[in-house]
Amino acid sequence: MRKYSWIIMLFSLSALAENSMSMDEFFYQNQKIYVVVAILLIIFLLIVGYLIRLDRKISKLEKNQNEA
Amino acid sequence: MRKSWWKILSIVCVAYAIVGGFLMPAPDDIGILAKTIRNLYYHVPMWFTMIILLTTSYVYSIKYLSRGDLRLDNLSGSFIKVSMVFGLMGLVTGSFWARFTWGTWWVEDAKLNGAAIGMLIYLAYYILRNSLEDDVQRAKISAVYNLFAFPIYIVLIIIYPRMAETSLHPASGDTIGFSSLDLDNNLRKVFYLASIGWILLGVWIATLKYRLTEIKRKYEEI
Repeated sequence: MRKYSWIIMLFSLSALAENSMSMDEFFYQNQKIYVVVAILLIIFLLIVGYLIRLDRKISKLEKNQNEA
Repeated sequence: MRKSWWKILSIVCVAYAIVGGFLMPAPDDIGILAKTIRNLYYHVPMWFTMIILLTTSYVYSIKYLSRGDLRLDNLSGSFIKVSMVFGLMGLVTGSFWARFTWGTWWVEDAKLNGAAIGMLIYLAYYILRNSLEDDVQRAKISAVYNLFAFPIYIVLIIIYPRMAETSLHPASGDTIGFSSLDLDNNLRKVFYLASIGWILLGVWIATLKYRLTEIKRKYEEI
């Protein structure tokens, strides 16, 4: 369960933000620059997610190889 | 999980640099640079990462020559391969940045040409490595090649550009570095963490490459 604690954290953060400002209000600020920031973050985090997956797969292969 | 704290640190640092690069204050009014000064957070860490990976690889090459463990050769080779990806990203981002500040994709400049020639040295390393069949022979020749290539590379990308009389690139020839433009220390707040983040990310990718090659090597031994 601890693995996914960051997702819960993210949700609680967005809930916090929504109390003071709607999502639309937030992203329409500053000539919508936050949209670009968010998209870059999404791309980066997906790449990182892929890296983590690769890391786990390689760990598994290493484990299998050491057992054999 | 305990051993991967530095991977998490790298993700946090780079994510911070992506957000901070857009939203944090920066000296956005310096001549032709305007807001592109923020490229400092992305273009420069590519080169830092490359240099750190190459230095690590150099240490492994020396270690290999003294101990003869093929794992050390694999580490050295993996770090070089990943470092060149970062070098290429540095070169391409630099070229793009140049197009919209200096007005052209490429100039005959000591810094640019030095970096381009330098990368060819490691391209040759790659070809050399792939052309040798025998593991031990490949390891030894690669290590000795690296022993000479790395100092020449550092001279080409750092020392030679500084010795040049004129240059457009910051901190080479007659130009000043960004550190002297950063009067409010605003650049540093993002730049340092960005560098740490990208360096750690580069090391992470290099270790993945190493581990994968190591699995392959063991598999072929059986």
